[in-house]
Amino acid sequence: MKTVSLTIDGKEIKAPGGESVLWAALDSSIYIPHLCARHDNSAPDASCRLCWVEIEGRLKPVTACTETVAEGMVVNTRGAAALRLARTALELLLASNVVDCANCARSGACELQKIAAHLKVKLKTRRFKKILRNLEVDSSSPLFIYDPNKCVLCGQCIRVCRQRLGIGALGFAHRGFNRRMTTFGDEPIGQSECQNCGDCVAACPTGALCFKAAAAKL
Amino acid sequence: MKATGLPGVAATFQKIKKHAQARWQELQKARAVIMVGSATCGRAAGALEVLRAFKNELKKHNLDCPVIEVGCMGHCYAEPIVIIAKPGYPSIVYQRVNPVIAQRLVREFILGDNPCLEFVLGALEENKLVPGLADFPRAQFEQKVILKNCGHIDPEDIDHYIASGGYSALVKALQLKPEQIINEVKKSGLRGRGGAGFATGEKWATCRHAPGKPRYVICNGDEGDPGAFMDRAILESDPHSVIEGMLIAGYAVGAGHGYIYVRAEYPLAVQRTRLALSQARKLNLLGKNILGGDFSFDIKLFQGSGAFVCGEETALIASLEGQAGTPSHRPPYPAVSGLEGKPTLINNVKTLAFIRHIVDKGAKWFTGIGTKNSPGTAVFALAGKVVNTGLTEVPMGTTLRQVIFDVGSGIPGGKPFKAVQIGGPSGGCLPESALDLPIDFDSLAKAGAMMGSGGMIVLDQDDCMVEIARYFLEFTQRESCGKCTFCRLGTKQMLEILSEFTRGKGKLKDLDTLTGLAEDIKAGSLCGLGRTAPNPVLTNLRYFRDEYEAHIREGRCPALMCQELIAYYIIPEKCELTCDACVGNCTVEAISSHPKKRYKIIDQEKCVKCGTCLTACPPQYNAIVKLSPPTEVPK
Repeated sequence: MKTVSLTIDGKEIKAPGGESVLWAALDSSIYIPHLCARHDNSAPDASCRLCWVEIEGRLKPVTACTETVAEGMVVNTRGAAALRLARTALELLLASNVVDCANCARSGACELQKIAAHLKVKLKTRRFKKILRNLEVDSSSPLFIYDPNKCVLCGQCIRVCRQRLGIGALGFAHRGFNRRMTTFGDEPIGQSECQNCGDCVAACPTGALCFKAAAAKL
Repeated sequence: MKATGLPGVAATFQKIKKHAQARWQELQKARAVIMVGSATCGRAAGALEVLRAFKNELKKHNLDCPVIEVGCMGHCYAEPIVIIAKPGYPSIVYQRVNPVIAQRLVREFILGDNPCLEFVLGALEENKLVPGLADFPRAQFEQKVILKNCGHIDPEDIDHYIASGGYSALVKALQLKPEQIINEVKKSGLRGRGGAGFATGEKWATCRHAPGKPRYVICNGDEGDPGAFMDRAILESDPHSVIEGMLIAGYAVGAGHGYIYVRAEYPLAVQRTRLALSQARKLNLLGKNILGGDFSFDIKLFQGSGAFVCGEETALIASLEGQAGTPSHRPPYPAVSGLEGKPTLINNVKTLAFIRHIVDKGAKWFTGIGTKNSPGTAVFALAGKVVNTGLTEVPMGTTLRQVIFDVGSGIPGGKPFKAVQIGGPSGGCLPESALDLPIDFDSLAKAGAMMGSGGMIVLDQDDCMVEIARYFLEFTQRESCGKCTFCRLGTKQMLEILSEFTRGKGKLKDLDTLTGLAEDIKAGSLCGLGRTAPNPVLTNLRYFRDEYEAHIREGRCPALMCQELIAYYIIPEKCELTCDACVGNCTVEAISSHPKKRYKIIDQEKCVKCGTCLTACPPQYNAIVKLSPPTEVPK
């Protein structure tokens, strides 16, 4: 496809036509917070609601993952309206997540920490009430621990398991606040189809999936 | 206009129509025709027992009168409804019929000549004997288009539909070019009746011109708003009108397959629609080379598995494809990329039911009804604190006052009106000041509510607005698919704040958190469910802020509804010393007599606030009251 030129945060960049604004920005080293996005041609999940940007000519902020780049497009990732939505989304995630960085194997490499720093949001948010899910931690796998209370439901592990590896041990189940990443019939992962490749752990942006070895070092 | 595949199609249909009309006329020759309203509302009120009683009594007297099951006339408050058409009499509509009344009607009216006027609701035609339904005050405001057949024909007999003019619009459409039909629908200004009010003609044109084949037509019958039952009534009372609409839509957009997506919680609608499909297929009104012409179209019925979010079109398609019913980002819209990635037209049941009338009578006729930007009629399901619960169809632009007070006859017991909840979980509560608002898509949106699919719940002084908002939020939170952050977690936070309010535990600054969050959820959610979920709260706050503040500042529920903010109290002066109805009825033994003065006292520590004592206290004493806040109870 033809290359198009666009401006993001005043920086002129080039991106292949058909590319999403999110990946065009990321590939040009302009960071936009995101959790559920993936770098392929499939339809975006658009479920984490973090990658808000403002585009000139558009009345409201839009999610960068669902916008296709266009010639001459002017994008602002730091607009007040976009930041407000991104911050609310992040605060909502943090309010229902176990935030325990000191005892988390992912600390330092955690996307939530990175996004919070980028958006200047405190990890212990005060605006919303802490409403935890109180789900059981699953340590049935010999390789890793799954703590659903730290899961942001981005679906990266599911995608890796299903699409790249063709196993499909993981999936989403339940509705509303009870939606969670789980196995068929909510079985412990150790008793599921899981083949312990550990790719889901690598794909996880938070401390929800951690290698036992890494957790043991804490 | 060039005829395609005709006159064969028209001639074939003529034969079918003649047969149907002959059968209809044959029916009129009977000694009397008995039509029992047996849609879900009628059945809930006992229509099937009435039906059996009629059949048994007729058999007893060796009378050979047809007893027909018809759908819902909209007078749900008067169910079970029976219409008796006896030559020499007008067709008389009887209300609240029970098996005993049924037996009497057979003996005295069918066998004898006494029309038993004491059970009459009205007559279908004008006459000298019985007041006609057309003379009812509500008839001035009602205009039945898509509800016209409902309650008057047998939904399980395709000939009834054909004899009443059914499928003629299809035959007419098949003689037109698809573009002509789309233009007519465009000119009619028909807007989608599912809630959002998108221009139907535009959707059709987009679908027709979208690349990719095959194309699909889907009828969205996943009606899930609490208190809404319009789609159910239409599918139960006149399923062919929807099928005919789909056929015309299929022809117009160039589709060969259609799906009717009905929720499984509507078993009768499923059963009757299925039967209608097979009857239409038998007459070659559905299937390959319809009526011998070039157009082929078939419809499958699909049952939803009880998820409100599947009313959202992308979630509905996912569900139809066998995946979890979660929405996806639009665009692409289904009209461009829907089922299996193919152009898919999704219309609501009511939208499709309008199509035959527009094709038949023309766009001009349609724009002559309603308002400029919202032509046509609107169907509402009246529920809640209203005398005449049921269905009504009024021209767009009718005011809320007319619908609630003239069609619905106002609030039972003459209690003061407080608000009307319109548009379900996506809509809002409008106060008395909005009663003279002409109802159409734009005026309601401006007032903060939404047309929605047409549920209208009337609320009076006993309904707490904070609790109503909490109820709807609880509904959306439970029905949220949980895919996107705002809807999954945002509505949970809102629900939590509202629950605190109803317990008198909120703080004033929570109101700011609530509104700020509500605005963000509206702007940030992935699909329509999340984007409209805060509406009930936002309109509530706009019109009833004082009630929220009473809960927060004083711990007082002005409507005396929120359990934790009220207490039951027996007024000693009113309590009849010899009566102990409340004592006997109390489920937790919280009521006892004063040791000396013998009037009854409620132990507030034991009381679970079930309200049984209030109901049990005989009306002549009326000694028990609710007080809020609970500290109002005298020591």
